[in-house]
Amino acid sequence: MEAGARAERNFGAGLPTWALGLIPLALIVAAIAGFALLGGPGLGERTGPPVEEVAIETTVLRPGEIELTLRNDGPDPVEIAQVAVNDAYAPFAAEGGREIDRLGSTSVTIDYPWIEGEAYEIFILTSSGGTVDAAIPVATETPEEDVGFFGLMALLGIYVGVIPVSLGMLWLPFVRSLGREWLGALIAFTIGLLAFLAIDAGLEGLEIAGEAPAAFGGAGLVFLGGLVAYLVLAGVDAYLAQRSEKAKASGAGAAGAGYLALLVAIGIGLHNLGEGLAIGSAYASGALALGAFLVVGFAIHNTTEGLAIVAPLRDRSPGFGRLLALGLIAGAPAILGAWIGAAAFNPSLGALLFGVGVGAIARVIVQIAPVMRDGNGRLLYPATVVGIVAGIAVMYLTGLLVSV
Amino acid sequence: MPESTETKGISRRSLLGGAALAAPAVAGLAGLAGTGGDRAHAGNGNTHAGHSEFPHAAFAAGRTVNHRANGFNPTELLRDFDYGRTRRLASGRVVREWEIFAQDREIEVAPGVKYEAWTYNGRVPGPTLRAREGELLRIRFVNASEHPHTMHFHGLHPSFMDGMPGIGENRGGGQIEPGESFTYEFEATPFGIHLYHCHVAPLAAHIARGLYGAFVIDPKQGRPEADEMVMVMNGFDTNFDLSNEVYAVNTVGFHYIDEPIQVQRDSLVRIYLVNVLEYDPLNSFHIHGNFFDYFPTGTSLEPTEFTDTVIQGQAQRGILELKFPYDGDYMFHAHVSEFAELGWSGFFRVGDPSRLTAAAAASMYCDLPWGKGSPA
Repeated sequence: MEAGARAERNFGAGLPTWALGLIPLALIVAAIAGFALLGGPGLGERTGPPVEEVAIETTVLRPGEIELTLRNDGPDPVEIAQVAVNDAYAPFAAEGGREIDRLGSTSVTIDYPWIEGEAYEIFILTSSGGTVDAAIPVATETPEEDVGFFGLMALLGIYVGVIPVSLGMLWLPFVRSLGREWLGALIAFTIGLLAFLAIDAGLEGLEIAGEAPAAFGGAGLVFLGGLVAYLVLAGVDAYLAQRSEKAKASGAGAAGAGYLALLVAIGIGLHNLGEGLAIGSAYASGALALGAFLVVGFAIHNTTEGLAIVAPLRDRSPGFGRLLALGLIAGAPAILGAWIGAAAFNPSLGALLFGVGVGAIARVIVQIAPVMRDGNGRLLYPATVVGIVAGIAVMYLTGLLVSV
Repeated sequence: MPESTETKGISRRSLLGGAALAAPAVAGLAGLAGTGGDRAHAGNGNTHAGHSEFPHAAFAAGRTVNHRANGFNPTELLRDFDYGRTRRLASGRVVREWEIFAQDREIEVAPGVKYEAWTYNGRVPGPTLRAREGELLRIRFVNASEHPHTMHFHGLHPSFMDGMPGIGENRGGGQIEPGESFTYEFEATPFGIHLYHCHVAPLAAHIARGLYGAFVIDPKQGRPEADEMVMVMNGFDTNFDLSNEVYAVNTVGFHYIDEPIQVQRDSLVRIYLVNVLEYDPLNSFHIHGNFFDYFPTGTSLEPTEFTDTVIQGQAQRGILELKFPYDGDYMFHAHVSEFAELGWSGFFRVGDPSRLTAAAAASMYCDLPWGKGSPA
């Protein structure tokens, strides 16, 4: 056999496949171990002082004390020596020890008679004299994480997620009363909304990533989260399509329309997960005043998301149960996000989740875009362009209601 | 005065800005968050370990500066006057000589916080040089540091003895390079409290690193007998952002909180106070429960002011004279409160600490002038 003859000439021929896979791995491990044991021959001593980078992951305020969770983001261990609040040294205790190893964390509990509503700047002095700064823009007691707290967060999620989205779905009869020729414009409007959400989530993810330890990926987490979410949704889509040739064949037909609505709901839901996270963490830190104005603003801003979900359903008459399910898929993640954000906010996780939202929305846009095609197969023609721009404009204008 | 240039921690406000979620400050459900931590500030002046009571700013408990490793202890440095060696010339004039070397040295300026200092004779502040008016002074300066330095004295002297780079190099003075030495020679005048410091550029950095010390010239007739001490008000920019993280007298923040300065009741205390603080325009000294006579620059034997607070710019200095009429612990600190809470605070302990009990305080109260039946 020709293949066999070639194999005989090749190094390692005749060994089983598992051995061919394992031998290089063993050699790599041995080489790295040897390099480490010899202390990196030829590299010499490091030059310069140690690099200290510490990220502050969480801030908790209780009466008379401030607790910070610190993570060592640099290559060298960091030792916390002293802590000052508003330019006054304060007694503190370090629960996880004062020494923080690379990627390790500790929590510092500072005795300080902080006053509700004031702003605080904290600097942590390391043993080498370096400083790590933390800011508390508006001091308020961090809520106790009891049943009532989680209930409140759930209510918050319902207010900003479930109710507005569900209200937006009430446009379904309006959508259905529009002529067939309006379908492309409606889908375009949905795409405009989604594009706005993707950009918004991406920017917010990048902003949060700026506060996250670089060692865990930082801004990269937003892109990785987006890529993974896109790929996972694409994979799920291909899997479902395989199982249902009918759905694939019918394209934008009746069954496909329900599927598209589901996709839009999933994309918006993942986006609302990140949004809930931001709201929950802001609430827990006291930076968010939950006034009626804000809830109204969200209702208006997020009702448009409901419209996006029902837009593909123009040609269908889904049952009430199905609509409710779509509303929950799109809105309920805000509840989960608020819980995570309020109870266990972590900027790395936040960046990742916002990235997931972006990726999911991007996938949804790609998936529903073909529905916009006109008789000539064009995606962009006056009606769809106006629809997209209108979608972006509506999100932008309603967004003004919830920004300062 | 540390300023947070870049906040690595989470600024939830900016987070909100990105989320377009922040609302106008409309109170509403926020009330559900409960009340904040507005507590009574406990005011027990004698507890200063600072646990949950927060009587005043302090370093974390359970840890102190290693004075042995530092090579100097602010408690000892306080009353440490370096008179040098003297000999008498044929003319009868006294020559007073010192040897000072510049040395790079890591010192601990707050518990656990190391600082790469530049020192005179291994300590910060440098030795307090003390002479008598009219003597001939010879200070042999050896630069054992890795950087060029000088000793620039405040006083009357010719320009080539000024320790000023660019002036006096032709006589071996001016800027003194590493490994080189020079002997400064001038007359001790005028009497008062002065200072010396390095004058190599960049000046702020050379001073802030620790190259300074007090320089006392006693008047010919001397001053009244007193318990004398030197306080050099300084600070440390440990992260090199051109503002200080630690403030102190005699280098170690809060040192005299941990080790109060022991003095006797009713006996004269004389403080030679010098401000060398870099990066902040002003410093000040304030004493609790007392007033002092103030002699600016110490160049007059008559005080100009009877006060409890004095402000000094950099290189300003003066002499404080006071007596403590009552036993007890009396705080002294910069009345730039920020500096006070970043380390520039201490205590005088008057009399026997064991008398600082409630019973003793009550008995002390009987000794008060108005407690002895004086007219109401």
